[in-house]
Amino acid sequence: MSAPTAVLFDVPGPRAKARNTVAGVVTLVFVAALVGVIIWRLAATGQLDARAWEWILYENVQLALLDGLVNTLRAFASGAVLALVLGALLALGRLSDHRWLRTLSSWFVELFRAVPLVVLMFLFYYGLPSVGITVSTYAAVVLGLTLYNGAVLAEVFRAGVLAVPRGQSEAAYALGLRKSGVMRFVLLPQAVRSMLPAIVSQLVVLLKDSALGFLITYPELLFQAQFLGSNATLGSPLIPVAMVVAVIYIALCLLLSWLASWLEARSRRNPAVLTVAPTERADAT
Amino acid sequence: MDVLFGNLSEYLTRFGGTIGLFVLSAIASLILGVILAAMRVSPVPAMRAVGTGYVTLLRNTPLTLVLFFFALGFTKLFFYLPFFLLAVIGLSLYTAAFVCEVVRGGISTVPAGQSEAARALGLGFSQTLSLVVLPQAVRSVMPPLTSVQIALLKNTTVAAGFSVFEAGGFYRAVNEQGGSTLVALLWVAVGFIILVIPLTVLQRRLEKRWSVAR
Repeated sequence: MSAPTAVLFDVPGPRAKARNTVAGVVTLVFVAALVGVIIWRLAATGQLDARAWEWILYENVQLALLDGLVNTLRAFASGAVLALVLGALLALGRLSDHRWLRTLSSWFVELFRAVPLVVLMFLFYYGLPSVGITVSTYAAVVLGLTLYNGAVLAEVFRAGVLAVPRGQSEAAYALGLRKSGVMRFVLLPQAVRSMLPAIVSQLVVLLKDSALGFLITYPELLFQAQFLGSNATLGSPLIPVAMVVAVIYIALCLLLSWLASWLEARSRRNPAVLTVAPTERADAT
Repeated sequence: MDVLFGNLSEYLTRFGGTIGLFVLSAIASLILGVILAAMRVSPVPAMRAVGTGYVTLLRNTPLTLVLFFFALGFTKLFFYLPFFLLAVIGLSLYTAAFVCEVVRGGISTVPAGQSEAARALGLGFSQTLSLVVLPQAVRSVMPPLTSVQIALLKNTTVAAGFSVFEAGGFYRAVNEQGGSTLVALLWVAVGFIILVIPLTVLQRRLEKRWSVAR
């Protein structure tokens, strides 16, 4: 809780305390009722029966889920590396002294930020074969993730470079560094440092978006969940498998989010790191 | 061009579906998001915890997973609802977490003196928030809120992966008639660019016009 929120109300007196307790109890009862209804429906539809969870003991099922996890992480890792590279290149393009390069990069960034990622993936997987180019689901997912997140990261990098005080680049030029040297040795290191939390937050988005591979049948976790869940010999345990997959996905994203907030807390403590206003950051949706 | 004009009514109906889904989810997510933001800054610890928990959970869940549940699990567990409504619920629940964070961020940009003055006048928490703080927060909230809603507009295509009523499903209709899937998808992309660009322009204008104050 940051300081301004505590300003919104006075220190509660006896009546306010009683009122707050009532409001707290009502909230908890409401949440408990919601959870209760979900558990009741799960039990009533037989999702909590031993039979519906039997699959978890089979080695093949465990291996299938592990396979899904590996595929998710593989798409995430290649997408993240490529998006970071593309983002850096596009940021350099947008900061270039050459007008044509600036315009080209801006158009590229605007284009891929405007087109929904699902449509991009569909384009690569379902669209390209009609002009004779066949790509694997993996390539389509990674390409989509790279183009979209690269465009978003380009804006993050650019904001970071622009936030470095002018004196830094002026001093570097005065020392006789060239444009590329100023960028490589002076601007980018400081920009990356101040933008690290924003970059990691964007990687969380990338990890979440890798689940879109499900829609083009890339065999990641959700796809395995649907595949196993519709297996009649296991008793079609769609909801139990989906619950397990959901826990894995959320745990992965939470870990990465925590890394981002830890980095942010660390950089806030360190006065050497530039602080960048949150509005200059890309939307992490 | 044939792919577009041969299927123009199909194309427009589907983009109508996209816009319908977007508008309904946008309204629902705004209402829920503001309520969540109010909970997160309220004097009641239980409400704060619930709000924080909701936002943390939903922000770290892939949208595909949320819609997966609503498309395949909801009817099994509860009762039948048309997928359009389920998609609205799923998209609203997901987007509300982001709206909440934006609104909360906006609340903290309002100078502390404002709410202190409101409290000095004898206003309670809900009055301070709704009459003094939120109206002033709108200014700084609008630009990031627009980007959240742009993301929502693009996210409606995820629903297309589970059903076929909106723009993302256009290529399937074209494909059934033997048209080129690639061209159909390119037209869908163009449609989205046409929808997103005015919103982006609006966002930049709001940012320029409203960021001056204070």
